[in-house]
Amino acid sequence: MGMLLDATPLRPIYGPAPVAPVITGSNAFDWVKRQALVSGGTETDWASLMLAVRDKQDRNAFAQLFRHFAPRVKAFLMKAGSDAATAEECAQDVMATLWQKSHLYDPARASVATWVFTIARNRRIDMARKARRPEPEAVLWGPDEEPDQADVYQADQETKRLSAALADLPEKQRALIKRAFYGDLSHSEIAAETGLPLGTIKSRIRLALDRLRQKMT
Amino acid sequence: MTIRHHLSNPLLMAYAAGNLSEAFGLVVATHISLCDECRARLETFEAVGGAVVDSADTVAMADGSLESVLARLGPQDAAPAPRKRGFFPAPLADYVGGDLAAVHWRPLGMGVRQAILPTARGASARLLYIPAGQAVPDHGHRGTELTLVLQGAFRDESDRFGVGDVEIATEDLEHTPVAEAGMDCICLAATDAPLRFRAMLPRLLQPIFRI
Ligand SMILES: [Zn+2]
Repeated sequence: MGMLLDATPLRPIYGPAPVAPVITGSNAFDWVKRQALVSGGTETDWASLMLAVRDKQDRNAFAQLFRHFAPRVKAFLMKAGSDAATAEECAQDVMATLWQKSHLYDPARASVATWVFTIARNRRIDMARKARRPEPEAVLWGPDEEPDQADVYQADQETKRLSAALADLPEKQRALIKRAFYGDLSHSEIAAETGLPLGTIKSRIRLALDRLRQKMT
Repeated sequence: MTIRHHLSNPLLMAYAAGNLSEAFGLVVATHISLCDECRARLETFEAVGGAVVDSADTVAMADGSLESVLARLGPQDAAPAPRKRGFFPAPLADYVGGDLAAVHWRPLGMGVRQAILPTARGASARLLYIPAGQAVPDHGHRGTELTLVLQGAFRDESDRFGVGDVEIATEDLEHTPVAEAGMDCICLAATDAPLRFRAMLPRLLQPIFRI
């Protein structure tokens, strides 16, 4: 049983982790860089492209983001049950939203992939039912509180780390987690031995909390 | 405000995945507006969703798709001015349609009042007003009930719940919440249909946390 399942969820997160080796801190950074090299070639810097969209209305940057993310969003929506035509239309909407609401993109708190996911998720909710989605109050950064560069790139690196953690899971577990995020649960089967590495999640939570606390001070 | 009772990971994950009922989503969004710790955990679940999209298969977009989106890109929205926080955090104020003065209270007896909030069927949300020292009457609930304290505090057999705290009470929990003396207690409560809730959360939870 995972520690995070505890009814008092926060304490265990900061406690010692009785789990498999965890990659954290600068090790993680090195590891991500190594992975990038292994996977051959230059990693596209989505965060910088997204900032160019947000701050400079850069259409070329948008086009690059579109080519990478739109086919993934379309696949995501089709996995969530859309037919191809609807998924195409909604993926276009999602990408248009990425442009229009770019002021909501906060590179220190979410990678571009994560931000795209939240837009696609909300679009899927709109599509699936008439219910509203209550959203938390936004945490707004003032003009003098721009996150520093290190934070900006860390969010994208976290997504790579989480993706790698997903990729390392046995296929059955990975499929189950994906289906949870597609909102496709009626067909999901629960395998007893599924799970994301807790360490990956725990270090991500700590980073997120640090950033929110910076914002508050 | 020191929050001691937080949202559970199943709730946060279901909310991150877009699979939580609207009524429960309202409690989650309201608590997160008050609680950085749960916001950090939510953002982490969303990051898992980001990794799912990032590592997803691709389905080719239609011919001319990019051009047609480029053609419709207009001016970007401006960042909104920060809202002034009233009594209710923003998501709750949206459902009430204003602040505390805008609530349409209905008496339940013994000074207790409630106001049902408009959410989609399958789960319901309401505001509760419990005078100081008063017990919540008729507190049977089917399924799981989430109660978020907005003012004052209440105690029941399990613990004390102050401002920002969430009690997650399953059907099994027989409890009699009593508002603490000294200040009237205002809560946001949501109840989900038992079958739906029970079927959904364990499935959502297990893939991530069963180690
Ligand atoms: Zn919390």
